[in-house]
Amino acid sequence: MQIGIPRESLKGETRVAATPATVEQLQKLGFSVLVESNAGKLANFSDATFEAAGATISEDTKQVWASDIVLKVNAPANDKEIKLLQKGTSLISFIWPAQNEALLEKLAKREINVLAMDSVPRISRSQSLDALSSMANIAGYRAVIESANEFGRFFTGQITAAGKVAPAKVLIIGAGVAGLAAVGAAGSLGAIVRAYDTRPEVKEQITSLGAEFLTVDFDESAGSGDGYAKVMSDDYKVQEQKMLAEQVADADIIITTALIPGRPAPRLISQEMVDAMKAGSVIVDLAAVNGGNVEPSVVDKVITTDGGVKVIGYNEMARRLPAQASQLYGTNLVNLLKLLTPEKDGEMTINFDDVVQRGVTVIKDGEITWPAPPIQVSAAPQAAKQEEVKEALVKPEKKKTGIYKALLAGGGIWAYSALANYVPAEFLNHLMVFALACVIGYYLIWDVAASLHTPLMSVTNAISGIVILGAFFQMGAESGLVTLLAFLGTFIATVNIAGGFAVTERMLKMFRK
Amino acid sequence: MSQESIEAAQHAINAAQVAVDAATQAAQLAQIAVAEQAPVAVDVVQEVAGGKSILEAAYIAAAVLFVLALAALSKQETAQKGIYVGILGMIVAVVATLFSSDVTNIGYIIAAMLAGGAFGVRWANKVGMTEMPEMVAILNSFGGLAAVFIGYNSYIEYNITDPVMLSIHLTLIFLGVFIGIVTFVGSLIAWGKLNGRVKSSALMLPHRHKMNLVALLATIYLMFSFVGAGFEGNTTALVLMSLIAIVFGAHLVLSIGGADMPVVVSMLNSYSGWAGAATGLILGNDLLIVTGALVGSSGAILSYVMCKAMNRSFISVIAGGFGNDVVAPTGDEEQGVHVETSAAEVAEMLMGSKRVIITPGYGMAVAQAQYPVFAITKKLRDAGVDVRFGIHPVAGRLPGHMNVLLAEAKVPYDIVLEMDEINDDFNDTDTVLVIGANDTVNPAAKEENSPISGMPVLEVWNATNVVVFKRSMATGYAGVQNPLFFKENTTMLFGDAKESVEEIFKAM
Repeated sequence: MQIGIPRESLKGETRVAATPATVEQLQKLGFSVLVESNAGKLANFSDATFEAAGATISEDTKQVWASDIVLKVNAPANDKEIKLLQKGTSLISFIWPAQNEALLEKLAKREINVLAMDSVPRISRSQSLDALSSMANIAGYRAVIESANEFGRFFTGQITAAGKVAPAKVLIIGAGVAGLAAVGAAGSLGAIVRAYDTRPEVKEQITSLGAEFLTVDFDESAGSGDGYAKVMSDDYKVQEQKMLAEQVADADIIITTALIPGRPAPRLISQEMVDAMKAGSVIVDLAAVNGGNVEPSVVDKVITTDGGVKVIGYNEMARRLPAQASQLYGTNLVNLLKLLTPEKDGEMTINFDDVVQRGVTVIKDGEITWPAPPIQVSAAPQAAKQEEVKEALVKPEKKKTGIYKALLAGGGIWAYSALANYVPAEFLNHLMVFALACVIGYYLIWDVAASLHTPLMSVTNAISGIVILGAFFQMGAESGLVTLLAFLGTFIATVNIAGGFAVTERMLKMFRK
Repeated sequence: MSQESIEAAQHAINAAQVAVDAATQAAQLAQIAVAEQAPVAVDVVQEVAGGKSILEAAYIAAAVLFVLALAALSKQETAQKGIYVGILGMIVAVVATLFSSDVTNIGYIIAAMLAGGAFGVRWANKVGMTEMPEMVAILNSFGGLAAVFIGYNSYIEYNITDPVMLSIHLTLIFLGVFIGIVTFVGSLIAWGKLNGRVKSSALMLPHRHKMNLVALLATIYLMFSFVGAGFEGNTTALVLMSLIAIVFGAHLVLSIGGADMPVVVSMLNSYSGWAGAATGLILGNDLLIVTGALVGSSGAILSYVMCKAMNRSFISVIAGGFGNDVVAPTGDEEQGVHVETSAAEVAEMLMGSKRVIITPGYGMAVAQAQYPVFAITKKLRDAGVDVRFGIHPVAGRLPGHMNVLLAEAKVPYDIVLEMDEINDDFNDTDTVLVIGANDTVNPAAKEENSPISGMPVLEVWNATNVVVFKRSMATGYAGVQNPLFFKENTTMLFGDAKESVEEIFKAM
């Protein structure tokens, strides 16, 4: 099958759906690759490098779009492009079906397959083709770089001959992939990083990157079970706002990444809060395109508020790192195609039994198959069980064992006095020795180090060979059978004694500091 | 162990030490007496009325020496001295008895002892440390068998005229022989299971609990008829009971699964002690009673410790069949994706770590991987990496088995820590190597509704990276799937543990 890589026509798009490196991988899967001339120009991949990697370069846009599989970054930009798609073609790109129903219907009419890279289910197995994570990672990194560009000071604290420089305080809101990438990038530039997210389970990830995790003093768990945060209740929001207001005023740089797919971005930072910030502070709003987490943010613009705070609202930060973004996105596509061509014979098939393939496919043979049935994946902590109920159950049992113990002790005393009444004193003496030895044994053994339990067993084996004394006394008996048994008893008891002591000594010699 | 009981034990030891001072003095005096008179004539010693009391004094000394020997095992530093103290006690007891006027046929005794001693020492020097469980099992069986012989003898020949004393005598013989045979046969089966001659999975006969009950009831009935026969004797009852005891002892151990062996071996160790104590009561010999009681309580406590480490009651272990009863609800179901790694990657990970903990299990013993494990330990320690070992109480097939294996490979004992000592440190640990362990590191134990819920486990998953050495993805002995393998910070290194560790060593 032939794969076509058209030039992205969307204004401002710099990325391309394949790089020379991924072209080579695609060929290994059995595909031939047709790249539209200048498709990689903005990402610094020249036609010559594509050709060197084995791709064919075509000036003919129509021919590229007529391939069996069309790999793109963005969904077709206009009706003209949609009409270029031939029946039976498979289009793989970002689609955003929830926001673009009209587009979906138009594409369905072309009787094609459409695989949306934004609809990859978030399970462990599909991480290698999760393009949203790849792009979010870049966005998080780039957000820090953009903020550093606009910020008039160092990130790291320094003590120089010209005086002390305080480190920048960076606040990151939303600890998804982008947020975590931002935490890492800001931290490695030397800033003091704090991060906030409604999902308590990301705390570990944040602290592992060396940042501080901010919490709202309110009890409501927030995982929705599908790997994204869910919308929170109103009471919670009030507390959240209070905490954020304090933190925002203190921060030099804020990066907001709270983006819930298909919904307007939650408003986290109001105009008031921005006004409370120091002049020269920088805010990067990664959710600007969905309405913004920050009130004054404007899509694709850097604005400066009256209070001297710069608000960056760039859309698709990934476009500002085109070579890197193209490489990661291209690799995600290769990984998806690996899944779709299990035989590596260049023949793509879509298997709906596989949840990943099912999730990605939004149109199959002209039929809209979006949305796919949900899969539950998030590893949220299980709700704590009610301890009180347990305690109530345990208490009466304890009382019972107390009664049993008392009964047992009483029975023991009764049995012992009955026995004492009946048997001769000599035997009672022996019994006393036995009882005392048991008590001594009990305390002695508890004191033995656990690491010496094996030597303990072999040494007790050795000393239990003391029954040899009994055999000694029986050796002189008149009965031949008794003498024989006594002889055998002596023999095996000596094996016990000698073997037990010898092996214990051997073991203990091995223990060394 | 609680603070109180530690203190109580300390008091007991102090008291024992005071007692020993007195006793050693007495023993020294006795020995001087023996030494002074021995050159004159052994006959004189034997005929002196004090001969009997010299023997008693020697027994007291021996008993105290045994107590001290066990007390010395509380620390590694003193443990070795303890052995010599124990040997001294044994020599005192044996020599004093041999000089006693009641003992004849010394030639035979010496012959039997020389043969047995030579055999025992030779064997002890040959046995491999991984075979320690087998050795302990077989020594247990000997202890039991010796008690049985002495029990039979005491039935055949006795000089008791008082009917009450006779009833006691016969009861003790009956009990001693029963426990002795169960110990003997049970230990043989345990030995067979440990070295693979007997299938290690639990034998599950239908109605096994009822069968055991019937056997016990029959034994009790036989005991009454045996004791009731009085001076006439009832050999049939004794023989019948012996047969029942053989079957009972065999079935008892056959129905217990392979990984419960630490409990079984400790339990049999305990039985051999009780059999010895019964022998002491039969013969009216206090030294035997004391020793039997010490050994009996030792084995009993070890069994208890092992059971607690598996969060199971002693009864449920002895009743047997664990691992077969529980068809784990999550057994075969894959719980996620595991990530494989390579020896080279593990080597790199280890060299980049500051703190490493190794948690070995029976799999390390099976693969004989303790030597290469020490090799990498040494290399890492030389490179300034803090390497320690975390030992779960039931790792291996014998209490303390792992410690002995690691000691054999020359791992210093001060870096080998118990579960409770090390469990809080996993948080600050960079890399954990899980070698041949499964159930003892299973996070499912911390959750409800798992067959191993509540069992204390090594919390390895708190470390930054966990590498699990395993032959395959099969479940552990308990048949419970291990969610550890699917954790994000866990990687799996498949293959023979010894080869894997050797490859890591090469890659370092």
